[in-house]
Amino acid sequence: MAAIKPNISVEYAGNATIIGFTDEKILEEKDINALQKSIMSVIEQAERINLILDFGNVRFLSSAVLGLLIRISKRIYERNGQLKLCNINPKIYEIFKITRLTKTFDIYNDIETASEGLSQPN
Amino acid sequence: MASEAPINCSIVVDSKSSAIVEVCKEILPKLEEHKFDKDDIFAVHLTLEEAFLNAVKHGNKMDPTKKVKIDYSVTLEKVEITITDEGAGFDPESVDDPRFGDGLYEPGGRGLLLMNSYMDIVKYSEHGNAVHMVRYKEKPHLTNDQSQTHV
Repeated sequence: MAAIKPNISVEYAGNATIIGFTDEKILEEKDINALQKSIMSVIEQAERINLILDFGNVRFLSSAVLGLLIRISKRIYERNGQLKLCNINPKIYEIFKITRLTKTFDIYNDIETASEGLSQPN
Repeated sequence: MASEAPINCSIVVDSKSSAIVEVCKEILPKLEEHKFDKDDIFAVHLTLEEAFLNAVKHGNKMDPTKKVKIDYSVTLEKVEITITDEGAGFDPESVDDPRFGDGLYEPGGRGLLLMNSYMDIVKYSEHGNAVHMVRYKEKPHLTNDQSQTHV
């Protein structure tokens, strides 16, 4: 049986859960669905989560990923958590700017600055 | 050997989202051969993904028995792509702007915005089931009428 490459990495640091995307390109519907499943599973494990999404490996994504981020943010905020995005390269950031999602999401240069000011989760 | 001669081609693929991989594998290398830069290739790649998915999801209503046709031409000056689905067509003016109001919090509805942002010309056929897009290497001065209109 072929080994399944995980689509996210998960780390815990201080008050934050840090999820990194492992794929350079996040395009196909099946991959986005798999990501949703993985990330929601992490969210559901905590009563209230401070989640940082690390885009350091991501070089290309489609608007379907933006939809995924909105669904993730809604679930987190329903559970009184916080969501921050970081390490977004300029080409990807441009997509966020064009769609005005820079107004919706808190975006930081790196994990360290994204971690600042996160309140203690329950 | 890679050629810089103008290219005019047509591909017909199954109406399924994964078929875009084959389309991109055919078109994007030709942009490189014609000396388009990384920004152009990124822009065209993203536009192809968005427009193709729209054709599959909204045009062909996820019907895997239908087809999507991609006509493209690449020269040293520009790339032109027309994507045609077998659907009933739609009016792009009917799509709400996802940058404002409730649309900002909706998971979908951003594909057209990205297509219009990354391509210099985006035009829909009168029937609404074909979109014609152009990206120039050297940006021309286009009026609103020229850049985003119905054919």
